[in-house]
Amino acid sequence: MSRIELKHIDKFYGDNHVLRDINLVIEDGDFMTLLGPSGCGKTTTLRVVSGLEKPQNGVMTIDGEEMINADLAFYAEPSKRGLNLVFQSYALWPHMTVRENIAFGLKIQKLPKDEIEKRLKDSLRMMRIEEYIDRYPNELSGGQQQRVAIARAVASNPKLLLLDEPLSNLDARLRIDMRSELQRIHRELGTTIIYVTHDQVEALTMSTKIALFKAGELSQVDAPMDLYMNPIDLEAADFIGNPRINFLEGTGRYENGKLMVKCELKDYTFDKADMTDEKIPNGEFPVVVAIRPEQVHITPDAEPGALPVKVYANQPAGSETLVSLQAGKSDFLSKQIGLAQYSIDQTVYVHIDPNKINIYDAKSTRLIKRAK
Amino acid sequence: MKRKRERRPFNKTRLKNQILNVVKNPFNMIVAISLVVLFCLIVIPLLQMVASTFTVAKSEAKRIGDPVGSFTLYYWRYLLVGKLSGATLWGPLKNSLVVGVFTVIVSVPLGSVLGWLMVRSDIPGKKLMGMLVVIPYMIPSWCKALAWLAVFRNKTSGSLGFLAGLGIPIPDWLAYGPVAIVLCMSLHYYAFSYIHVSSALRSINSELEEMGEICGANKVQILKSITLPLVLPSILSAVVMTLSKSIGTYGVAANLGSRIGYFTLATKMKTFINGSPQAVGYAMSLVLIGLAALIIFSNQRIIGVRKSYATIGGKGGRSNEMHLGGAKVPLMMFLVVFLFFAMVAPMFVLVMETFQVTTGNGYGPDNLTLYNWIGTVDEARTYTNYAGIFKNKEFGSAVYNTIRLTFIGSIITALCGQFLGYISTRGRGKWYGSATEQLVFVPYLMSGVAFSSMYVAMFSQARLGGLIPSLYGTFTLIVLTSVVKHFPFASRSGTANMMQIAVELEEAADINGANFWQRMGKIVLPLAKNGFISGFMLTFISIAKELDLIIIMMDKHTQTMSYLAFTYSQEGYNQMADAISVCVLLFILVCYIIANRFGADIGKAW
Repeated sequence: MSRIELKHIDKFYGDNHVLRDINLVIEDGDFMTLLGPSGCGKTTTLRVVSGLEKPQNGVMTIDGEEMINADLAFYAEPSKRGLNLVFQSYALWPHMTVRENIAFGLKIQKLPKDEIEKRLKDSLRMMRIEEYIDRYPNELSGGQQQRVAIARAVASNPKLLLLDEPLSNLDARLRIDMRSELQRIHRELGTTIIYVTHDQVEALTMSTKIALFKAGELSQVDAPMDLYMNPIDLEAADFIGNPRINFLEGTGRYENGKLMVKCELKDYTFDKADMTDEKIPNGEFPVVVAIRPEQVHITPDAEPGALPVKVYANQPAGSETLVSLQAGKSDFLSKQIGLAQYSIDQTVYVHIDPNKINIYDAKSTRLIKRAK
Repeated sequence: MKRKRERRPFNKTRLKNQILNVVKNPFNMIVAISLVVLFCLIVIPLLQMVASTFTVAKSEAKRIGDPVGSFTLYYWRYLLVGKLSGATLWGPLKNSLVVGVFTVIVSVPLGSVLGWLMVRSDIPGKKLMGMLVVIPYMIPSWCKALAWLAVFRNKTSGSLGFLAGLGIPIPDWLAYGPVAIVLCMSLHYYAFSYIHVSSALRSINSELEEMGEICGANKVQILKSITLPLVLPSILSAVVMTLSKSIGTYGVAANLGSRIGYFTLATKMKTFINGSPQAVGYAMSLVLIGLAALIIFSNQRIIGVRKSYATIGGKGGRSNEMHLGGAKVPLMMFLVVFLFFAMVAPMFVLVMETFQVTTGNGYGPDNLTLYNWIGTVDEARTYTNYAGIFKNKEFGSAVYNTIRLTFIGSIITALCGQFLGYISTRGRGKWYGSATEQLVFVPYLMSGVAFSSMYVAMFSQARLGGLIPSLYGTFTLIVLTSVVKHFPFASRSGTANMMQIAVELEEAADINGANFWQRMGKIVLPLAKNGFISGFMLTFISIAKELDLIIIMMDKHTQTMSYLAFTYSQEGYNQMADAISVCVLLFILVCYIIANRFGADIGKAW
């Protein structure tokens, strides 16, 4: 049960500024995912929270208690922070059996024997690996090692559980299994979790909140669906979502409380109510119209309000079909559930709900019109 | 918002916390202590030696005319421009370079071909051959020199060798001097090239060669344009090691050169250090150090960038073998001939000589005796001062000293090596990590004789107002010298060992509440155990073989088997010298076999 607050955290490696003024609040019981491409500082943030790295600036509190105060050069030891960490490499001690691995930290805490035994059994049962208790790590498969690593972290009853890309070494199927496993653990233990990943699917499916990192800075902190619906800038929009979001160039003009946008698909007018607080340039300015592929609905026949476009390519993949379309010089993608057959160069008609469209200022790259 | 690392105003709590952060972490303390110790054991002696070449010593005070302890350029002038400098410096320097270069020319191709045959060809009996091929390296180089003498000795040194005994006239140029030295050293230092090239070949992905084959290249073309360029960096570093090692080698050059007045830098230097003016000897050892540093750093310059691809292709596990076809028989013959000349023949002659009454007199029953092993002085058929080695008290004490030195020395060295390795791996990229790595590397630049002369200069008198007592002539000094000289190798094996222990394993323990000592005891040490044992065994062998390093410091009380054999050989008791070398050989071979049991790889030894 804990609330973590990071204030103005800066971390340098030599002259390399890897964390730039990180401010983040993680509420009690959150499943907070730190998401971003590799080298953006998410693992460093996790290590700062754990106490394995010491930031040069900033303050961190856990439940109001100061754990880091860089001004006073105060850094609480990792073991005094009431947390535990699952490493990307699992970091299971190869010379200890599963039992010894899990009991190690409990023995160091000098817990009574029966308590150690109880926690050992509980965490093994929870991860469903009771039968491997006397095996050595190298006698286990990757997925089993992963479970031992989580069991070891959970056994210490941490208030805060840190997970550093724990699924990246597993194959695709195991990854999906472990995703539901982790969600279940979060529910059962009620522990606050900080989870680092570069995989947006993991982030979107498991977390209660996502912190999106960009080059050492936090660019957006939101609930998963909010992040998906309204990425704060073009880079975030491009990063989140698979297949990628469609970007179409256009021009905008803001007049009398209305935003008018022209692009090769159609002309749109948006209400002030849908707009963000970003500053809008005067006069005509370049914008980027962003449309999720699943928001592009295709009909074979002309219907009122539908736009004629040309099919460039067609990729049926069983459960879904990706269709590349062309409108004038702009290419864009449509995603349809199920199988659909279109022939190349065929003319089809598309429907796009204007409410689901994001508009970005092309110059500042920031979101100016939200989707609903 | 861009922010910088700011300097903060002074704050008491902050200062207190900063100090606590450093002091409360035992790792910091260990790093600090190691750096201080390394500084005292490596930097100070070196500076001390440099200083002594510029300071008037007691023995020369009269000649120079300045008071003892004042600054002088006398020694350097004596060495560089004096009347005798041709004989003291330039002649020996030329000899050293000639010997070094020719050793490279012979040993590097030899070792490389052997390495290629063992790794990449389908030569039969590879497993057995692979073991036999490294055995000549196990034989100490000075033993090889004695074996050479046993075969080629002629009238010049009194008693005849095997060939002269058969009535074959052996000219001096073959028995002694540069040819003998080069061949003896080549049969030793081929191992560097063998080890380097074979491990490089093992790491190269054979797909690279297969691609060449698909492109239509024949075997010779593949070897020439794909394999050779890929292993070139390792061949070059073998060249550098061979060159710097052979220039500084003492034992071989002394046994084979001194008696016809053929001096190298190393042998000439020792005559100065044992006699006078000592400081000239120190100046010569600085020249040797400079030479080694020059060779090594120029190598890093030349192949520094390209070195990176020496380890290309992690998938080396699946390597195909090249079919030798018709070349199989001649190459097999080459291997057999090599093993015969490098191992069988000299060992046979060496062992047989220990049973001879007169060397070079054949193996007839009237010339065979066990005297050299178990005889007493009054049983001797020829004039001698010494009883057979097993009845000889000196030999007993030499065995004791050897075992004592190797055990104590290698335990300390291996322990320090693990610690230093720990510091340099955990401090990788930090200043103390690279400082440790560089300090530890310094002894590698020095030949054994140069290094020990430095230590003699440093510890022959009490230092720091008696805090460090005079260690001159003590066993402690010999142990200390052996330990520090083997630091580079030991810490390299320690580093390799510690690299295998991922930092996360320690961090995981840290998060689970283990303090530094608990982490060391429960995580690092148990995981480092095997690496430690193999590192220990390799150091053990290397100290047991050592002659060059400790020869300056030895006397009757502290002498080891190597030194005793060397003395006997110099005094002309060849059979006994041989008998002792046979004992040393057996000792090393037994250790090697035990080390192999623990998975020690001789490829990691220098």
